[in-house]
Amino acid sequence: MQSQTASLIEVRDLKRTYAMGDETVTALAGVSLDIAEGEFVAVMGPSGSGKSTFMNLIGCLDKPNSGAYRLAGEEVSLLSADALAGVRSRRIGFVFQQFNLLERTDAVGNVALPMIYASSDRKERRRKAEAALARVGLADRMGHTPLQLSGGQQQRVAIARALVNNPRILLADEPTGALDSRTSLDIMALFQQLNREGMTVLVVTHEQDVADFAKRVVRFRDGRVISDKTQQPRDAVEAIAALTRELEEAAA
Amino acid sequence: MRLSDSLGSAFEALRAHKLRSVLTMLGIVIGVAAVIATVSIGGGAREEVVGRIKSLGANLIIVLPGNITSGGVRLGTGQSATLNDDDAKAIEREVAQVQVAAPTMRGGAQVVFGGTNWGTSIFGVENNFFEAREWDIEKGRLFNGEESQRGGQVALLGLTVKNQLFGEDDPIGQTIRVKNVPFEVIGVMARKGQSAQGQDQDDSVFLPLQSARQRVIGSSRAKNRSIGSMLVKVREGEDMAEAEAEIKSLLRQRHRLREGDEDDFTLRNLSDILSTVEASARILSVGLSAVAAVSLLVGGIGIMNIMLVSVTERTREIGVRMAVGATPRDVMGQFLIEATTLALIGGMAGIVLGGILSQVVSRMAGWPLYVDVSAIVMAVVVSGLIGIVSGFYPAWRASRLDPVEALRSA
Repeated sequence: MQSQTASLIEVRDLKRTYAMGDETVTALAGVSLDIAEGEFVAVMGPSGSGKSTFMNLIGCLDKPNSGAYRLAGEEVSLLSADALAGVRSRRIGFVFQQFNLLERTDAVGNVALPMIYASSDRKERRRKAEAALARVGLADRMGHTPLQLSGGQQQRVAIARALVNNPRILLADEPTGALDSRTSLDIMALFQQLNREGMTVLVVTHEQDVADFAKRVVRFRDGRVISDKTQQPRDAVEAIAALTRELEEAAA
Repeated sequence: MRLSDSLGSAFEALRAHKLRSVLTMLGIVIGVAAVIATVSIGGGAREEVVGRIKSLGANLIIVLPGNITSGGVRLGTGQSATLNDDDAKAIEREVAQVQVAAPTMRGGAQVVFGGTNWGTSIFGVENNFFEAREWDIEKGRLFNGEESQRGGQVALLGLTVKNQLFGEDDPIGQTIRVKNVPFEVIGVMARKGQSAQGQDQDDSVFLPLQSARQRVIGSSRAKNRSIGSMLVKVREGEDMAEAEAEIKSLLRQRHRLREGDEDDFTLRNLSDILSTVEASARILSVGLSAVAAVSLLVGGIGIMNIMLVSVTERTREIGVRMAVGATPRDVMGQFLIEATTLALIGGMAGIVLGGILSQVVSRMAGWPLYVDVSAIVMAVVVSGLIGIVSGFYPAWRASRLDPVEALRSA
């Protein structure tokens, strides 16, 4: 077992290439990185920089060609597809740009989805799903289907779904890419709140505005890490207040 | 993933595309309906056949006078006078396989008792007729030797006639008049029910053969002692064809027919008639079975096709499910169960449709409705198997999707 001070994510010389016809495209050319429990990391870079590939590897959706990846002390780069599904189920919560909710299923059902693969009791599932929805501020929208919810609310449902199995890390891929700026601030405020409560958050983005809310920013280019800095994060609640003032002044 | 969860999401997916699901099921519905109808109609026909044999009495050969093409002139069988009492006696005596040869005559007449009258069939028979037909007496007695030989003025009533003329009263000892000839009622026959032709067999009056021939229905036949027909009962376990051949050669000999002459009588083996019925039922069965097989095959292909479409359409959903922890096996199970559910619902609908179909056919044909539980179980099992087989490839494809690719798809 790892001690408490050890990194939650330990990546060593991770490489990933794709065969594109006759050519071999290198998406990740050897990345090493440590992320500790409780960090809020923004992964930045232009498209093609390898940040999405990195995200997929961290999320156990993909396997590296070489290199090591220890997640919470467990070497996961060599696991089978079934075992990786188990790791995703227990340790990782995903938030996507397009929310990816099941359209015909209500908020509670969507949030409960990860639990049907983790085999828990039906009543227990409902209770946990409702608790997760309350945690993201949607206690009054339990029975709504995605079509009855705004974009921001849908993303909150998706975040509740990511939280419901009590993962160690929240992985968000462009979580505000489909939202307006005010709603984006709400979502970032929610991430900051979850981070304060102890959740490790990893956000992949190409927007500096989003990265400003993270405590640490890692930049990718051409499949490599080109910078890794900690920063004083901007507070999303204050940003909301500032935006509100701006709008009021503009209206006056 | 639990079965109940898989079933839940399967039903949800099928509900999401109601029309598509129903159309996809149609092949299975028609196939299973055809199977159920085939078994049920075949079984109904067989039961009907067995019923007819039982109602007539087993192992019967009917001998009719005349030949359909007697001397180039087509005569209706039963119209000529080429069979007589002695032929019956000879057959009973000389053909080893024969248990009973019962000479009979049949006609129609008005039967009168007191103020009431009733039109019915009059049979001239000897006691062995009842043995051949396996027909019990309910009340009273059969003819005695004297009455049979001399033609006593006594009568046995079928149950319907008894009810029409006497109601609840005891008819025994009463006198009825048939064509103005008085007959004393000595017995009532047990219920026999409908004949193969749908006639009420209990609507009959039985007189001794001699009396019927001389006084009631056979005046023209009185001199030559000819009879209307003969019921021959072959002993249990004997070969019917052999018995027929023996009867034929004996009658030809007795009638002094030379080689090359046509028979002046006709033998009718009941099983011949009944096998025609069975054959037509079988043709229907074969036709329906072919429909069933083709339909089930097409239905299976349809399910496979629609499941492949479904997997493609829901690639992103599969990606999401994988991202939140679904194993390849979970994904495979989900689509397999969806295909199987589709097929099973189709199968159940097919059972209902097949049941309605066979009820309609059996009612039109007048056959008893025949329900074969094993066919229903088979239909359920087969449609389940079709679902599994045709769902396997699409489900396998879904399970092999790369989660990254699946999440990226539109």
